[in-house]
Amino acid sequence: MKYFLQRLAFYLFTAWAAITLNFFIPRMIPGDPVQALITKYQGQLSSQAIDSLYVLFGLDKDAGLWSEYVSYWKQLFSGDLGLSFTFFPTPVSEIISNSLPWTLLLVGITTIISFFLGTGLGILAGWRRGSWTDGLLPVTTFLSSVPYFWLGIIAIYLLTGPDSFFPSSGGFDNGLVPAFDQYFIPSAIQHSLLPALTILISSVSGWILSMRNMMVTVSSEDYITVAHAKGLTDRRVAMSYAARNALLPNVSGFALSLGFIVGGTLLVEIVFSYPGVGFQLFQALGASDYPLMQGIFLIITISVLVANLLADIAYLLLDPRTRKEG
Amino acid sequence: MSQPVIEIRNLNVGYGLGDQGVRAVRDVNLTLHRGEVLGLAGESGSGKSTLAYGMTRLLAPPGVITGGEVIYHPEQGDPYDVLSLSDSQLRKFRWNETAIVFQGAMNSLNPVHKIATQLTDVLKAHEPKMSETQRNARAREMLKLVGIAPDRMDAYPHQLSGGMRQRVMIGMALILQPQVVIMDEPTTALDVVMQRQILGQLIELRERLGFSVIFITHDLSLLVEFSNRIAIMYGGRIVEEAPASAIYRDALHPYSKGLLGSFPALKGPRRELTGIPGSPPDLKGMPSGCSFHPRCPKAFDPCGSEIPMLENRPDNRSVACWLVNS
Repeated sequence: MKYFLQRLAFYLFTAWAAITLNFFIPRMIPGDPVQALITKYQGQLSSQAIDSLYVLFGLDKDAGLWSEYVSYWKQLFSGDLGLSFTFFPTPVSEIISNSLPWTLLLVGITTIISFFLGTGLGILAGWRRGSWTDGLLPVTTFLSSVPYFWLGIIAIYLLTGPDSFFPSSGGFDNGLVPAFDQYFIPSAIQHSLLPALTILISSVSGWILSMRNMMVTVSSEDYITVAHAKGLTDRRVAMSYAARNALLPNVSGFALSLGFIVGGTLLVEIVFSYPGVGFQLFQALGASDYPLMQGIFLIITISVLVANLLADIAYLLLDPRTRKEG
Repeated sequence: MSQPVIEIRNLNVGYGLGDQGVRAVRDVNLTLHRGEVLGLAGESGSGKSTLAYGMTRLLAPPGVITGGEVIYHPEQGDPYDVLSLSDSQLRKFRWNETAIVFQGAMNSLNPVHKIATQLTDVLKAHEPKMSETQRNARAREMLKLVGIAPDRMDAYPHQLSGGMRQRVMIGMALILQPQVVIMDEPTTALDVVMQRQILGQLIELRERLGFSVIFITHDLSLLVEFSNRIAIMYGGRIVEEAPASAIYRDALHPYSKGLLGSFPALKGPRRELTGIPGSPPDLKGMPSGCSFHPRCPKAFDPCGSEIPMLENRPDNRSVACWLVNS
């Protein structure tokens, strides 16, 4: 328990550091939203209009970094992430809460499927090495080195088109209103298939490879020979002795990848114009939209930290050697 | 002479097949009698462990048994060949009839399971009718037998010392009351004091429970003290087999003499330790004739060209050497 509290304190400190960085970094990026708008309208804005834009975005006050920092924290605690510049005057929290479910469902489900599928296949390939499963390896090595977005572009190029079943962009058909009804849900699923497959294909091979390699390593441990000598069934030796030990590094990898669900597939969302967090972040970057960027970074940071904490807890549960007495 | 328990006949074990393969165990004939401690000694690479793994069919690939028979005589019923058992028969045979204590005391236990789980899963596999309370009681009893407090049942392997772990392994080996216990350098990883303690305990247990032991070690001095008969291996063959006292007093094979000359006697006059010059043969390029002849101080005419066979002598010992054989 003491260990757990220590970890928790560590994560709180990390969260503070990350949020502080999160505050400063966008302010160090050259350019501001008004400049971005001016470029967008190619100098067709009058100086009056520019001044009123500065007032509108609250950039006229020149309050100094420290007081901005303090008010940033105050706002954070009241759940206020500010107003987005690009979608003015929509609150950032609203934009995020609109795009978060898309990302969570698409990437979350594919990450979980990918982990279980990959680990399962990895166990099989590691345990039955020398059989046909070895044929999987070159394919997985190849696929694991292919970047998501490239696979996505190829998929769009090959599989989408006017007559294709797969839509090339968006999260649902134009003209539908997001709702849990029989029109929207099939459309959303249809739109998510291609990005989901892209992520699945390129991420599952990583799990297969690491699990297989761990299985091979663990298989040569003495306790595996002992387990065979004890006359246990092959299945029990494979699962309870080999896979149970080989799983440990993969589980922490899995917990970490849960943390990257929110921000990790930015490029896939961009390629498929999928209305998730990554796509919003991309738009925010283009428009120097600090509040939105900060809001999204904050969500990503928190989810990575929570995932790390989960990884710690998972490890404590799975590996008795990490538990400290007292 | 009492009844045989295991008869090894012309056993050949190799690693790899074809031209790339090496023969690690060559035409070994060895008989273990009921209630006897048979010592198996030799340098590293002489094939003693391969023999043990081969006769229990625990060899991991690329190890292969290329010929021979291992006849097991059960307490009741007809003798059978272990090498021709089916997978499920082999599972039943393992641990029930022949248990093994391995070299690596530190790695023989699965790090993620409690001692209790590892003791009882043997019972679960072999005695499915036992209830959980019976299984736990039996595991407790075994721990007590090897001198470990039964409350360590819930400990994980990393919480035990090396000596305790090896005692747990010995307890585990005896849990089904096997006829034969094979010990593959069980005390090599332990300090000398712990070696004594564990071996003393083992001998006591053997007298109480009456199992037979094949004791593999490179430490001939241990064998002289603890075993009834000793077989000396060199280059994959047994070169001498005799009662322990006979080997100690009057070894016939020059290699046995060399081994005996490599450690100090506890009593008696001081003498120079001689050792054996040269190094063990390369299994890929075995010398012609007697594989020991390049290192043998007494090598003469036939040694380089003809392989001496293990010949039985009237005084219940056998040796493979041209000096002794006719």
